Amino acid sequence: MAFLDRTARSLLLGELLAGMALTLRYFFRPKVTINYPYEKGPLSPRFRGEHALRRYPNGEERCIACKLCEAICPAQAITIEAEPRPDGSRRTTRYDIDMTRCIYCGLCEEACPVDAIVEGPNFEFATETREELYYDKERLLANGDRWETEIARRLEMDAKWR
Amino acid sequence: MIAWVLAFFATPLGYLILTVLKALAILVPLLMGVAYLTYFERKVLGAIQLRKGPNVVGPWGLFQPFADAIKMIMKETVIPSGGNRALFLFAPMLTFFLAMIAWAVIPVNDGWAISDINVGLLYLFAISSLGVYGIVIAGWASNSKYALLGAMRSAAQMVSYEVSMGFVLVSVLLCAGSLNLSDIVRAQQHLWFCIPLLPMFVVFFISALAETNRAPFDIPEGESEIVAGFFVEYSSMAFGLFFLGEYANMFLMSALTSILFLGGWLGPFGLWPVLGPLWLILKICILLFVFLWVRATFPRYRYDQLMRLGWKVFLPLSLLWLVLTSGALLAFGWLPHA
Amino acid sequence: MIAALLFWLFAAVLVGSAVMVVTARNPMHGVLFLILAFFNAAALFVLAGAEFLAMVLVIVYVGAVAVLFLFVVMMLDIGAARRKGGWQAYLPAGLAVGAVLFAEVLFSLAGWKLMPAAVAVPQPAGLSNTAALAGVLYTRYLLLFQASGLVLLVAMIGAIVLTLREHTRSRHQSIPRQLARDHRETVVLLDVPLREAPVVPGEAKKQAAPAPGGAE
Repeated sequence: MAFLDRTARSLLLGELLAGMALTLRYFFRPKVTINYPYEKGPLSPRFRGEHALRRYPNGEERCIACKLCEAICPAQAITIEAEPRPDGSRRTTRYDIDMTRCIYCGLCEEACPVDAIVEGPNFEFATETREELYYDKERLLANGDRWETEIARRLEMDAKWR
Repeated sequence: MIAWVLAFFATPLGYLILTVLKALAILVPLLMGVAYLTYFERKVLGAIQLRKGPNVVGPWGLFQPFADAIKMIMKETVIPSGGNRALFLFAPMLTFFLAMIAWAVIPVNDGWAISDINVGLLYLFAISSLGVYGIVIAGWASNSKYALLGAMRSAAQMVSYEVSMGFVLVSVLLCAGSLNLSDIVRAQQHLWFCIPLLPMFVVFFISALAETNRAPFDIPEGESEIVAGFFVEYSSMAFGLFFLGEYANMFLMSALTSILFLGGWLGPFGLWPVLGPLWLILKICILLFVFLWVRATFPRYRYDQLMRLGWKVFLPLSLLWLVLTSGALLAFGWLPHA
Repeated sequence: MIAALLFWLFAAVLVGSAVMVVTARNPMHGVLFLILAFFNAAALFVLAGAEFLAMVLVIVYVGAVAVLFLFVVMMLDIGAARRKGGWQAYLPAGLAVGAVLFAEVLFSLAGWKLMPAAVAVPQPAGLSNTAALAGVLYTRYLLLFQASGLVLLVAMIGAIVLTLREHTRSRHQSIPRQLARDHRETVVLLDVPLREAPVVPGEAKKQAAPAPGGAE
């Protein structure tokens, strides 16, 4: 009896029609597409995008060349060389990130004791060659200068949870 | 003037020209329809997946098919080095050619068919059964394992579903009493065959999905397992011909379903018979929408499930219904030529 | 005139492709030439006014039989080079079979008499050749027709019986059973009090079994 019941049900295509009714309902629902280059979706303050090196408000770079980021980077994308500056402070002479290796895990940001290296909100940094993705210190500091307002606001918004 | 033109069309040369003109009158709208079917497919799939689909090229993306066509023509036709060059190029041509010549017998309105032959239904069945060659030859000539796998799957699939499709056609022609497509439509003057033959209508439509290799029966293509199946190695217009052929076949199967089950050019309840061809076009459009709708709804069949459905479900079902139909026709004296 | 020209054209292509079927090096080409031959035969039927037979020839032979040939040839992967030698071994048998066939054809042709009345049967008005064919096939030759159908059925069942093996070790999936399964059969929701071992129905039996297994 159960067999007959099942056979009759499957021959009436009930489940298939239910599925098609569902897709038809979706057909008339409002679409979620956004017009991307002109419209963008919201980003979380924790979004991990392009890297940036930040500065103190007086223009001094934050990074103290502790190399914690280099040590923790699981992809070994960060290379740091450091020596004391003439004024006696310890600063980097080289801070490179190989963006083709980076996996955007955000561990560098977590490891940094002075909030120097951060992953900013920018995700539109595609290039035409690989070479352009080998970021050096200059490029990273320039990123920091460019995105400082957003980065500061994001850190402030996220501070409550840290 | 009119008399002169009519006289000219009566000469052999004029007859040839007239036939070519008739063919163009069918094929040009058909190819435009095919171009826009690709657009509507992307729109419908997009809408069901809560997306918008192409909307950048032209207003509402309406020029997208032309952009695609230009892109396709500009590309290079790559011929695999180990493949069979002649057959490799022959396969897409064959597919496209078959999808086009089938339209010779489709009656668009009462008496509007390029060639109103007596065995129109068999002709269409023969043409659709040849469709498998384009795919098998393509798969073999590509010298690629994925293409060969796709070709073998499709050969088995199309041959299997043709069997049940044949039985469905037999039950239709039992009710119509003719193999001529125009006669089949005329026999539906009072009652469309989709009502008395509803199960056969469903079986036929599902078999049509399988015959055209559409989802959920697209295992010959099977992007996720065998990359693109029989046309992995194809590029440029050689691929384009396959693509056009597949979509033209969707049109053909929709037209055939409309003619066999939905009363062709007849309006529902005999409404507005003047609209003739427009009714047919409307029915084709609705069926094409169902094609796309089904594609958006169901996941792909696995190979053994596909074979099970064809041989263990559709074949007995259509056979049973064939016996039932003929029994009913005989018992109640409804045979068309009794 | 055109009909005669077409006849000779189709006949020539038919014979030519039939020759190519046996001489083609590549078996795949052989099958494709066979299909070409079928097509030309169908065209000849159309010229003779037997459009039903032509369509049936295309559907059955081209649409189904030749596809299976093609299928098998593709699967066998017979290299074109491998078939170069060795045909002499089959020559006597081949010649013998050929001779017998030729003799049979010769005898049947010798016994062929054209009935004067049957040369030009006027086609009855309003009767297509499909209907005419059915009229003879299902009345006068009904018994023979059904008998030939029965022979084919027996052949088909025989082929299936020969190739069907019991799959005792393979794990078949029963689709109806899968579809009919619902959560009540598989998932047991338990109300587990804290710090107490849960009592799962059927657990004792499962532990006794050697391999619990994942699904069923």
